Amino acid sequence: MTEISQPLEKATTPKARRKPIKWSVVGDHTVLILGAILMVLPVFMVFATSSHDKIEIARNGMQFGFGDQLAVNYGKAMFEKGGFTDTVDGSLMLMNSLILGFGFAIGKIIISMMAAYAIVYFRLRFATLAFWVIFTTLLLPLEVRILPSYEAIQRLGMANTYSGLIIPLIASATGTFFFRQFFRSVPEELVEAARIDGAGPVKFFIDILVPLSRTMIAAIFIIMFVFGWNQYLWPTMITTEESMFTLVRGIKQITQGVIDSNDIPEFGQALALSIIAIIPPVLIVLFFQNWFVKGLTESDK
Amino acid sequence: MAVVKLNAVGKTYPNGFEAVKPSSFTIADGEFVVLVGPSGCGKSTLLRMVAGLEEITAGTLNIGDREVNDVDPADRDIAMVFQNYALYPHMTVRKNIGYGLKNRGTTADTIEAKVQEAAKMLNLTELLDRKPSQLSGGQRQRVAMGRAVVRDPSLFLFDEPLSNLDAKLRNQMRIEIKALQRRLGVTSIYVTHDQVEAMTMADRIIVLNSGEIEQIGTPAEIYHSPASTFVASFMGAPPMNLIEARVEEGEIRVNGGASIGPAGRCPSGPIQLGVRPEDVELGGAGQTPFDISIVEELGAHRLLHGHLGGQPFTVHVGKEVAAAPGTTQIHLKPEALRLFDSQTGKAM
Ligand SMILES: Nc1ncnc2c1ncn2[C@@H]1O[C@H](COP(=O)(O)OP(=O)(O)O)[C@@H](O)[C@H]1O
Ligand SMILES: [Mg+2]
Repeated sequence: MTEISQPLEKATTPKARRKPIKWSVVGDHTVLILGAILMVLPVFMVFATSSHDKIEIARNGMQFGFGDQLAVNYGKAMFEKGGFTDTVDGSLMLMNSLILGFGFAIGKIIISMMAAYAIVYFRLRFATLAFWVIFTTLLLPLEVRILPSYEAIQRLGMANTYSGLIIPLIASATGTFFFRQFFRSVPEELVEAARIDGAGPVKFFIDILVPLSRTMIAAIFIIMFVFGWNQYLWPTMITTEESMFTLVRGIKQITQGVIDSNDIPEFGQALALSIIAIIPPVLIVLFFQNWFVKGLTESDK
Repeated sequence: MAVVKLNAVGKTYPNGFEAVKPSSFTIADGEFVVLVGPSGCGKSTLLRMVAGLEEITAGTLNIGDREVNDVDPADRDIAMVFQNYALYPHMTVRKNIGYGLKNRGTTADTIEAKVQEAAKMLNLTELLDRKPSQLSGGQRQRVAMGRAVVRDPSLFLFDEPLSNLDAKLRNQMRIEIKALQRRLGVTSIYVTHDQVEAMTMADRIIVLNSGEIEQIGTPAEIYHSPASTFVASFMGAPPMNLIEARVEEGEIRVNGGASIGPAGRCPSGPIQLGVRPEDVELGGAGQTPFDISIVEELGAHRLLHGHLGGQPFTVHVGKEVAAAPGTTQIHLKPEALRLFDSQTGKAM
């Protein structure tokens, strides 16, 4: 892909430069730039506002300019123990969120790859039916089964544990679907060559299929990590101990706790946490970006 | 090194389609057998049954001295070269070649030595650290060969291994594969739809048509004594001329014209007459009129396309024989005439 597209771009730019200004291009770009500003502006405002102290924020609302409390707010947000029990700080919540995000994404990938492997490569009697049953669960989001799931986890004594937080979420119809489509596009001859080369089902999976799927894995990893990172309802139900709080839920807790005590909420710290909560997904996306695009668009392996 | 014996081996696909009718033949140790036939005639199916990739639904298959109907492909001691090479795209050439050995628990040192040896044999030494995507078609083909050779199997199976290459490379690889097989002395089954490949590479050819064996024989036998009109028209380029004729009182005549030659013991009645384009002489003693409409100039020789008794006919002459469109007299060599039943197409 890249080898082909680069020379093409090089060949066309000099020509484009000589052309007169095209007003449709200018129009397109105006729309795109406005759109980009519209998207980025709130994030920027959050960042700018997180550098003011809480009184300033309470008095004047969101800010466009920077204040002098940046380091203070971020330091407190990350390292000052808070909550009712004084056990949780930002860095612990960040940890919890990372564990949830990675556990969620990795778990989903493992489970859905294995499910797709079974459906595509083994002559199961009801493989197609099984696949469509899995597929229809797409129509039943977590929220639909949240009460029974909660019951089950509670009874198993898994409330307030990482496994209780992660395991009920890792079955993935989306992942199974994507891996199934991908596996079906792997040439039959490759499977047969591996069979003749003496690779059994496990070896074939690990030696051939997993390496071939790596762009697909990266793509699904990004989607699932962000999805897991942003989970709110399930962690809220299953974690009652503050030391298990995730960032997304902890942000609210900070402001909540103080509102109840009739003080001015720690807006600065809450906003600082918001910014911190944005960073890991952004880093993941940047890191896997190339693979991500390839995984979703590349047809030849 | 092994004898391969098929005893009424047939394949009916689950949808009820009988792709290979029960077929029996034996391949001698070290023999190079080519399965040839038009696309869709069941060549691959037959080969894949030998490989163990397709279940055998009738008959028994022996490789060496054991029956292998229910033996896993990995345990049949075979190696297969696929049309699309089927190289593992994420592995280097070295790993591709060595993968089969690794799965068999060979030590790393032995694998490396064997891979080096195979690479040397196939001129791949410089390419060992490349990925398949960095190789040309011919090089990929060589790697696929290397993967087969390195295992030192008792049977090679090839499924149209050259059909993705350009003509020049194909000719070259054809010779290389044949030479390699000679050197290693490994029994081989080679599938192709290209009759030139079949003629040039085979010790013995098996011609398949619609899942049925039409003829088994050496290239010379197949070429000179085709068992049916199908074989006659499939093998050879240009193919054997086939024209409607009649046998009357022991003489072959076309459209009631003069006798073309003796019919031997063939009874009177309609027949199909077959004659190879090069078994025809122009002028001289000829007394059969041939209307030349096109002269195809091929350098070393010429092909004269036209009609004999109103039926399409082609003559192959050397470059020293002058020819121009128009009617000329030709002579069909009597010993080269082949007679086929006009109904069944079988040789008489
Ligand atoms: N899985 C299958 N189910 C049903 N019919 C098949 C299957 N695979 C191949 N066939 C049919 O069997 C015939 C022989 O196929 P094949 O052996 O691949 O032919 P070829 O001589 O071109 O290699 C073809 O008519 C094909 O349509
Ligand atoms: Mg085929």
